[in-house]
Amino acid sequence: MKHLYKIISVLIIFYTLVWGLLNPVPRLDILNETIRNVYYHVPIWFAMLFMMSISLIYSIKALSTNKLTDDFKGYNAAVVGFFFSIPGLLTGSVWAKFTWTTWWTFQDPKLNGVAISILIYLAYFILRFSIIDELKRARISAVYNVFAFVMMNVFIMILPRLTDSLHPGNGGNPAFAKYDLDSNMRMVFYPAVIGWLLFSFWLFQIKNRISFLNNKLDD
Amino acid sequence: MILSLIKKELLLEFRQKATIGGVLVYIIGTVFVSALCFKGKLDKPTWNALFWVITLFTSVTISGKSFFKETGGQALFNFLHYTPQQFIISKIIYNMLFMLCLSFITFFFYVFFIKNEVENMGLFVVILILASTGLAGVLSLMSAIASKASGNFAIMSILSFPVLLPIILVVIHLSKQAIDGIEWAGLGFDFLVILTALNILTIALSFILFPYLWRD
Repeated sequence: MKHLYKIISVLIIFYTLVWGLLNPVPRLDILNETIRNVYYHVPIWFAMLFMMSISLIYSIKALSTNKLTDDFKGYNAAVVGFFFSIPGLLTGSVWAKFTWTTWWTFQDPKLNGVAISILIYLAYFILRFSIIDELKRARISAVYNVFAFVMMNVFIMILPRLTDSLHPGNGGNPAFAKYDLDSNMRMVFYPAVIGWLLFSFWLFQIKNRISFLNNKLDD
Repeated sequence: MILSLIKKELLLEFRQKATIGGVLVYIIGTVFVSALCFKGKLDKPTWNALFWVITLFTSVTISGKSFFKETGGQALFNFLHYTPQQFIISKIIYNMLFMLCLSFITFFFYVFFIKNEVENMGLFVVILILASTGLAGVLSLMSAIASKASGNFAIMSILSFPVLLPIILVVIHLSKQAIDGIEWAGLGFDFLVILTALNILTIALSFILFPYLWRD
């Protein structure tokens, strides 16, 4: 039964990939058919944020318990989250090309927020690589992870006050719910979110098993 | 306790003339090179951005060494005599004062080599004080982290730049208003409030997280 969520996640993602391209969507100006990207772009970002939050929780846990397993889990969650940021960026970039006519824009705080989060997690990985002692690495990288996560969220909250966002729901753009109200889209979007979250959790479990086995081999 | 720690830092800093002289030459050199590159002709937004980029780089470079001294026997002594809270607070206060001096010096040479674009000087000074507090809050903790990671010369910049960005962007936004000469009455205070809140947040985070870096 413990494999059930994996099967469900794959089935759901398969369903959203196929039905997401076939189902009827509202015809909106500029967006046109690209609105289907809501099924892929948004859930992937949700999966990334979900993994980064798990990473934060395990980092706090590692600080309080001093256990190496918590440290590895925090790191693995960050790796999986980072992995999801790449398709998230690519789908977003393609979408931006067709709706805002450019691959990248500095007009949008969310794009820059994403760039900063990617830099922060790259710094986190580099910090980990440059400390050899395991217990020391666990403590120091956990401190950075907590600090960086808070600053990243502050950044995402502050930036929209400085510049208007092009994303739906910010800076005078119609809110996401307006597109989402279409019940046809909801039939795909909500399952897609659940599917990708489960899928990211599965990847996280696989990473954990790999590092667990690696640790055993080292001993 | 905190006062004596700050006093010790100051003494150490002024005893080693090479460091304090190095800082001065670093600032003059950076400002002069930037002035030459732009040939002294900058419009207001560029003036603003360049000033803060210089300040950012200076403070990251200078404060990077803040914890490198505290190794070996020195670290053991600190560990026995002070609590981590006293230690980080004194570091933050010291770094804040140091960076405030640095930013004033930078500003002086910047004005000397390029020109003074600031119209609301009082606001600009307030921004300098708030910015040095925020920078000190972040950089003290980052320096403590970087000093534990060996064999990576760039680690301090890699760690600090992304987490400094929220502070720097708010500061640049505010200082643009000081440059444009917006009077106190016309100034929206939300950004000053945001910057103060950010400073409190970063210092609180450093205060909470530093004890975990303390023990080695």
